[in-house]
Amino acid sequence: MHCNVRRREFLTISAASLGGLLSYSLDGKICRFAAEHKPIRIPLRFFSKTEALIVSAAVSRIFPSDDSGPGAREAGVAIYIDRQLAGPYGRDRYRYTQPPFENAPPEFGYQGQATPREIYRDGLKSLTGFHLLPPERQDTALHQIASTHFFALLRRHTIEGMFADPIHGGNAGMIGWQLIGFPGPRMNNSDDIDKHYGEGFRPKPAGLAEVTGSTIRPSEDE
Amino acid sequence: MKALPHVDVVIVGAGWTGLLTAKELGSRTSLSIVVLERGAAHSPTEYANGMDELEHSIHFRMMQDLSLETVTIRHSTNDRAYPVRQHGSFLPGTGVGGAGEHWSAVFPRFLPDAFELYSRTVEKYGAARLPEDHALRDWGVTYDALEPYYMRAENLLGISGKAGNIRGEKIAGGNIFEGWRSAEYPTPPTKVPYFSELFRQAVNSLGHHPYPVPAATTSTLYTNPDGITRPGCTYCGFCETFGCMIGAKSQPTNTLLPIINKRKNVSIRTGATVLRIVHDSSLNRGKSRGVTYVDSNGQEFFQPAELIFLASWTLNNTRLLLLSKIGEAYDPITGRGTVGRNLTHQVMLTAATAFFEKPLNRFMGSGATGIMFNDFDGDVFDHTNLPFLRGGAFRGVSARSLPIGECDVLPKSVKAMWGSEWKKAVLHYYDRTGRITFIGDHLAYKSNYLDLDPTYKDHWGDPLLRLTIDWRDNERKMAEFATQKAVEIAHAMGAKEINPGVPLTHYDASRYQSSHVQGGAIMGTSPDQSVVNPYLQHWQTPNLFILGASSFPQNAAANPTPTILAQALRTADAIVDRYLKNPTALV
Repeated sequence: MHCNVRRREFLTISAASLGGLLSYSLDGKICRFAAEHKPIRIPLRFFSKTEALIVSAAVSRIFPSDDSGPGAREAGVAIYIDRQLAGPYGRDRYRYTQPPFENAPPEFGYQGQATPREIYRDGLKSLTGFHLLPPERQDTALHQIASTHFFALLRRHTIEGMFADPIHGGNAGMIGWQLIGFPGPRMNNSDDIDKHYGEGFRPKPAGLAEVTGSTIRPSEDE
Repeated sequence: MKALPHVDVVIVGAGWTGLLTAKELGSRTSLSIVVLERGAAHSPTEYANGMDELEHSIHFRMMQDLSLETVTIRHSTNDRAYPVRQHGSFLPGTGVGGAGEHWSAVFPRFLPDAFELYSRTVEKYGAARLPEDHALRDWGVTYDALEPYYMRAENLLGISGKAGNIRGEKIAGGNIFEGWRSAEYPTPPTKVPYFSELFRQAVNSLGHHPYPVPAATTSTLYTNPDGITRPGCTYCGFCETFGCMIGAKSQPTNTLLPIINKRKNVSIRTGATVLRIVHDSSLNRGKSRGVTYVDSNGQEFFQPAELIFLASWTLNNTRLLLLSKIGEAYDPITGRGTVGRNLTHQVMLTAATAFFEKPLNRFMGSGATGIMFNDFDGDVFDHTNLPFLRGGAFRGVSARSLPIGECDVLPKSVKAMWGSEWKKAVLHYYDRTGRITFIGDHLAYKSNYLDLDPTYKDHWGDPLLRLTIDWRDNERKMAEFATQKAVEIAHAMGAKEINPGVPLTHYDASRYQSSHVQGGAIMGTSPDQSVVNPYLQHWQTPNLFILGASSFPQNAAANPTPTILAQALRTADAIVDRYLKNPTALV
């Protein structure tokens, strides 16, 4: 079953936020932002344009762009979430979804009936107009929903969108990996694993498609 | 239902034990063998193209599809059980190779006294020290009987390590507390990353006995006795929950399958979900006639066979026995019945999380690359004045270090959960965080057991398996003790900040602990106490063998695969040497 509504909606973002943004430095610090800002349009698979703007604004308060470097907006986290929700994860393809659904203590995991798609659709209603608010009021709005399952998902997906391989639509330009000093799927560390004791060893990050030279089709593309 | 031509042997499940049995019987006899596997085959490029944390460690692409089949869990017979709707405390595999494809490949033997847990404990501390509700058992097989099979398994997989006890001679730098070994490990230890080196020095300074983790991620190019050559580990860090991209991690598909594929008498059918073992049984005597299964198109088949091996994932062995009504289901109230008893998991915890000033380069490593020590394992240390029995091993391994799963592990001093302060902590601590893990005994109790769930069903309409499981004070006190020790070690490692392990309260079905789940079809020396005899042969149905950790009477504080493989090899020998000549009870 595919996402049944194929909207012709797009999220317009700055090209500078989709790679080519950062140059790499050994100490993991961000040393140069690209100068060009060219708008590009990314087709949305699940969100409406307004929903995408709200999600983009919300995740950039969770993982903000600040003096420690760029954040979730620049990494394209909203694009990542859009694709996940449109794909098998979003419709609970791999979850056990037989009834009855009962309220259970947290140590039994999420027992609800709502799929991630439904949780977002419903949760986003509580953030109407969010993208138009100033940052302080955005933070207040997020604090108000911080204990909800929707916010827990949004926060978890922000982490995923920051640090998953770029084939999934987030971590653009490997921003997330550069920020934390993770090189991605590196085939061989044999000569380095027992060296560099006490010093950061920071090979230049490369994504899976680059490392393998293959076209990788992520599962959300079905 | 379509009846298929009769074969000599049918094996349910193509994981470690199923394929090991297929390889042993397939190459040592001319028996016709069919292996039925519910999942799919793996393609050679799949693992290199699969070095993707999201797909494998977050969405668990290699694990059992829970939308088709899962289990339910509750803490006691008074509670209602909830289905495991998304993967949680353990990760059952699926597909050819099973969980043996995505395991961490840590390969320790059990301590010798683990096999005689009941009698050794009573002998030393008296029966009064045993927990009230305990169901401790001796296994019916001794360490000495298993030693040659441990060695064979280690040579088959090319285990890397450093022996600490060769025929009674203690060797510094190895695990001096281990049972005797007939020989050194086949390959030298893996390299040691920075975090594990800090761990080794700290453990040494505290007077304990650190040694390299025995690893099936082979350290060097290795050719096993079957002529299978595998390369050395490159420490790529995509190990547990992944298949190895170069085959350095021993997996059924790279260690056993190449031999099986050459044998015309063995075939593997994928997409075949076994529904029942067909049998003619009275209470005392029975004979299995074969199995029924459904293929991926939904068509049902009957596969008749002379000899049947249940080699599915540990819990599924018990479920198939219960669904097939083979043997008497265990009743925790009356204590009658054997099928489903002695369910155990493992006290597996991050006993301390240590935060350092300097970066650790933790992206380099494997599931089994690191240092461990056993000074507080089993009965290595005296328990006379301690509030618990048994113990476990501590490890400093730089496994499970990928960023989605680990970046949010922060010191308790960081209060923010999102926003700038939290983000800065994530960036700072991601590569400065190390886990000291503890892997300890989970004793067996009368009220931890398996039965069929009365409410929830699988995709084919059969009841799910229900786990009734909770911790007791023995595990809670052991975890408390382990946490104190781990905090001590973290201090000695020079950690700037330490999060002590979270205390064990009730069994947490949502937190991954290990996939080391045991029991349900336990072995023993008496048919009224156990499901299989010490050769893993069903007591009442001698042409049915039940392999894997379902046979363990209780957990023994170490990764189960070495013991699982040693037992499967012992069973294969007994079948080739004795059973085929006289197909009857081996005991």
